[in-house]
Amino acid sequence: MRRIAVTVNGGRREAEVEPRDLLVYFLREGLGLTGTVVGCDTSSCGACTVLLDGESVKACTLLAVQADGREVTTIEGLASNGQLHPVQQAFHEAHGLQCGYCTPGMVLATVSLLAENPSPSDDEIRHALEGNLCRCTGYQNIVKAVKAAAA
Amino acid sequence: MAVTEERPGTWIGKPVARKEDAKLLTGQSRYIDDLTLPGMVFAAVVRSPFAHARIKSVDVSKALEAEGVVGAFTGADLADDWAASLPCVWLVTEDTKQPMHRPLATDKARYAGDGVAVVLAETRAQAKDAAELVEVDYEPLPAVVDPEEALAEGAPLLHEELDDNRSYTWTLKTDNADDVFSAAPVVVKERYRQQRLIPNAIEPRGVLAQYLPAQDEYTLWSATQIPHILRFWLAVVLAVPEARLRVIAPDVGGGFGSKLNVYAEEALALVLARRLGRPVKWIEERSEGYLATIHGRDQWQEIELAADEDGKIRGVRVRLTVGMGAYLQLVGAGTPILGAWVYGGAYDIEAYDFECVGVFTTTTPTDAYRGAGRPEATYAIERAVDALARRLDMDPVEVRRKNFITEFPKTIAAGLEIDSGDFHGALDKALELVDYEGLRREQAERRERGDGKLLGIGLATYTEMCGLAPSRILGVLLYAAGGWDAATIRCLPTGSVQVFIGTSPHGQGHVTTFSQIVAERLGVPLEQVEVIHGDTSTMQLGLDTYGSRSLAVGGVALWNAAEKILEKSKAVVAHKLEVSPEDLQVEHGRFTVAGTDKAMTVQDAALHAFTAHDLPDGMEPGLEATFVYDPPNFSWPGGAHVAVLEIDPETGDVELRRYVAVDEIGNVVNPTIVDGQVHGGVAQGIGQALFEEAIYDEDGNLTTGSMLSYIVPTAAELIDLELDRVSAPSPTNPMGVKGVGETGAIAAPAAVINAVVDALAPFGVTDVEMPAKPERVWRAIQEGGAR
Repeated sequence: MRRIAVTVNGGRREAEVEPRDLLVYFLREGLGLTGTVVGCDTSSCGACTVLLDGESVKACTLLAVQADGREVTTIEGLASNGQLHPVQQAFHEAHGLQCGYCTPGMVLATVSLLAENPSPSDDEIRHALEGNLCRCTGYQNIVKAVKAAAA
Repeated sequence: MAVTEERPGTWIGKPVARKEDAKLLTGQSRYIDDLTLPGMVFAAVVRSPFAHARIKSVDVSKALEAEGVVGAFTGADLADDWAASLPCVWLVTEDTKQPMHRPLATDKARYAGDGVAVVLAETRAQAKDAAELVEVDYEPLPAVVDPEEALAEGAPLLHEELDDNRSYTWTLKTDNADDVFSAAPVVVKERYRQQRLIPNAIEPRGVLAQYLPAQDEYTLWSATQIPHILRFWLAVVLAVPEARLRVIAPDVGGGFGSKLNVYAEEALALVLARRLGRPVKWIEERSEGYLATIHGRDQWQEIELAADEDGKIRGVRVRLTVGMGAYLQLVGAGTPILGAWVYGGAYDIEAYDFECVGVFTTTTPTDAYRGAGRPEATYAIERAVDALARRLDMDPVEVRRKNFITEFPKTIAAGLEIDSGDFHGALDKALELVDYEGLRREQAERRERGDGKLLGIGLATYTEMCGLAPSRILGVLLYAAGGWDAATIRCLPTGSVQVFIGTSPHGQGHVTTFSQIVAERLGVPLEQVEVIHGDTSTMQLGLDTYGSRSLAVGGVALWNAAEKILEKSKAVVAHKLEVSPEDLQVEHGRFTVAGTDKAMTVQDAALHAFTAHDLPDGMEPGLEATFVYDPPNFSWPGGAHVAVLEIDPETGDVELRRYVAVDEIGNVVNPTIVDGQVHGGVAQGIGQALFEEAIYDEDGNLTTGSMLSYIVPTAAELIDLELDRVSAPSPTNPMGVKGVGETGAIAAPAAVINAVVDALAPFGVTDVEMPAKPERVWRAIQEGGAR
C-alpha cells in the first residue's frame, strides 16, 4: 500500500492505495465519486475522462499513485455555487446528452478542449472529441453544445 | 434548469429542455455500478475460450482457496437451481426448436464466451483473479459461424438433442405470388449480407441482486430496458413467486436492444445471492460484453422483385438465412420476422413471398438491435429497387414515385394495415432539401471531366412497423406476451402530480416528454409533474421500452389516464361549484362555467378529492387513474433519406458529404428529443453501412473482440445531418403520434450503400458489402473494371 495525497475538486484527499489501483476506481470506490464512469477496458471510450492539472485524461489508464500531489477535477467538481459550468449548461440547452453515460467524460473533454482552443471550428471539435464515444446522439448536438459553450 | 415559463396548453410540440439532464450532467446519476449494498460480493464469470467444446471437467478448488473468495460454482453445481431455460418469448412456429439454455453451460460450450463457472469474492479484483484459477478441461469441437454453412449436411451440430442446426422456417406467402413472378416481364434478383453488429451501449451491462431469507424476498437491480418482462421471466426461470421478486432499472446508460433480454447473469446473481445470503454484483467488462451480450443482424438475404417494363413492382420474394447464434435469446427467433411485413417497403405491391430460416451457429446469440428486422428489410428492398432502376435505366426517384402507396389505410400484401403515411411528400421534401437535380447535374459533369473524387447519391424511402404491439396480433404470431402498456396519474393534494409509467427509459427522455403530456392535458406546471419509472414495486403494470413503443403505446396510455383524471375532476368540480357537469367547460385542466367567473383546476379538484369533505355521494376519495392501453394497430412511421458522399478511387475511402432525413412520424411532442432520436439512429445506421462489423474467424473466435478492433463511429467520422419532417398523424391513437426511435437506423444503411454503389456506377459496380470499408470499396472498383 502507498499513501497518496490528491487534490480532488478543490479538497485535499489522502488515502492508502494499492500500487495497481487505477485512478478511476480510486475516485469511484475510494472517494465515492461515481460520476466518473467506466465504459471499456481498452481506453477507447473516454467515459472515465477527468481533468488532471486541468488537462483531460482517461482515468482508466492512470494509476491512482500517478495522481499523487496533483489536482483532479471530476464531473462532481465542475458546477459551483449551484450553478452549472457553462459547458454543462450548453450540453443541457443543446440536448447534447441522452442516456448520460458518456456525458461526464464528454463535458470534461470539452472543458479541456476549450481551455486550449477557445473557439474551435466544427472540424476541430469533432477531432478533439475523437477519444470520447457516444452511442446516443450521433454527436451532432454535442458539437452544437461545444460551439455554444465556446461562444 | 432552463425549463421555460409555464403556459398551460402549450406543452405538446414544444422543444422543452430535458428534466432528466441535471443529475446526468453533474455526476448525480445512479447507474448500476454506482450502487452498493452492505456485505456485497462481486461475481466473475468463467467463459469458454472455445466456440464449441465438450466440457469434460470443471475444477473450482484452487479458486476457492484464493484470497477473498467466498464461493465458486460450476454449471453442474447450479443445474438444479433452474426451473426453466432462459426464455425465448417468441417461438415463431409451432415446431420452432428451442434448446435448453442454462445460465451456465453443463455439457458443452457453444460459443466463445459461454459461461461455464462463476466465482464470487469480496472485491472485484479478487473475483477476477480467482476466475483465472478455475481449471476447465475442454474437448474442442469444430465450430460453424456462418448460418448457411451451419445448414449444410455434415455441419457441426450444436445441440445434439436436435436433428440439425435449423431452429425454424417461417413463411408468409400470398396465393398469387408464383403466378405474378412467372408472368413478370422483369425479375431482379439480388443477394445481400447483413453483417453481425455489436450494439455498444456505452454503459456495459451489470446486475446487483439481493435476497432476504427472513422475508424470502428478492430484489434485482439491473442495467435493463425491461424490468417488468425481466421480473416475469426470472420468476419462471427460478420458480419463485413473482410477487416476491422486485426488479429495478436504475439509471441505464443506453440499450439499443442490448439490454432487452433475460440474461444468464441476471438469473445467476439472484441464485448466488440466495445461496450465499449476501448481495451479489456483476459488472460486465467491455470485451466480455462483446462475447456475452447479444449481437444484431447476421443475415444472408435474397430478394427478387417482379416488375413491369415501366418500373411498376408487382411482387417481392425474400429468402433469409439468419444466424441465431448458439441459443435462442429473448426475441432472437422473432427479430428477423419483425421485418417480414416491410420487405415491400413503402410500395404498393400485390404479391408477396417471404421465408426465413433461423439457424444455430457457434457464436454469441443474436437478438433485437435498434430496428430489429426492419433495417434489414429496408436495406433489401431499397437496394433492390435501385437494382431495378439500373436494369430499366430509370432514375431511382422515378421507380419509387411509380410505386408508392398513396391511399390510407392500406392493407399491404403481407397482410397488415398501414394506417397513414405521406411517402411522396417526404421524398419531395428530401429531394428539394438536398437539391437532387443539382446533384445529378454535378455528378454528370464530374463524371464527364473525370473528376478525381466519385460523387454518389443514395436514397432510402421507407415505412416500418413499430409501436409494439397489438396484443391480439402478437397472440396470432405466437408471441408469449401482450403489447399493451400502462400509466398511472396520481394527483397529490398539494398540487404536484406523480406519474407512473410502464415504459423504462434509458436515454429517450420519457420524463420530459411524458411530463409535457400531463402538463398539456391537466394544466399542471411542468415542474410539478414527477415521472417515476423502472421499478416493478412502484409500477406493476408495464411492458417496458423497445420497438419504438414508448410514446405510441405508453404515451397514449398516459394521455388516456389524463382523460380519466379529467372526468373525475369534472364530477368533483361540478359538485363543489353546484353546477351540472354539462355546464362545465374544460381547457388544459381548468374548469369554468360559462357566463360566470367560477373556475377550478384539476389541482383544486385533487385537494377536494383528498379531504373528501364534500364529494358526490358514493365517490371514492382521491384523484388517481390508471389506463392500460392496447394499441389497435402497429405504428407506421415512414420517410425519405438521402445520402451524398464522395469516394476516393485510389484508396476506396468513403467520405460522407451530406445526409438529409425527412421523416413522417405523425404528431411530435418534443421536437428536440425527436431530432436527437433521429440523429442517434442515423448515426448507428451509418455505422452499419461504413464502419461496424463483428467478425468471427473459422474457429469461432471473435476477432473484433474489443473497441480497438470493432469501430464505433466517433465524432470525426460523422457529420451534421439535415433533418426535416412531414406529418400524417396516426388515426390509430388519439394523440396522432408514431414511433421514432428506430427510423434512422432503419433508413440509413440503405441510403448510404445506395450512394456508394451510385458513386461506383461508372465502374460497373452493383454491390459493395457492408461495411463499405476502404479496402472493400477499392476491391469493388478493381473488380468492376475501368471507367
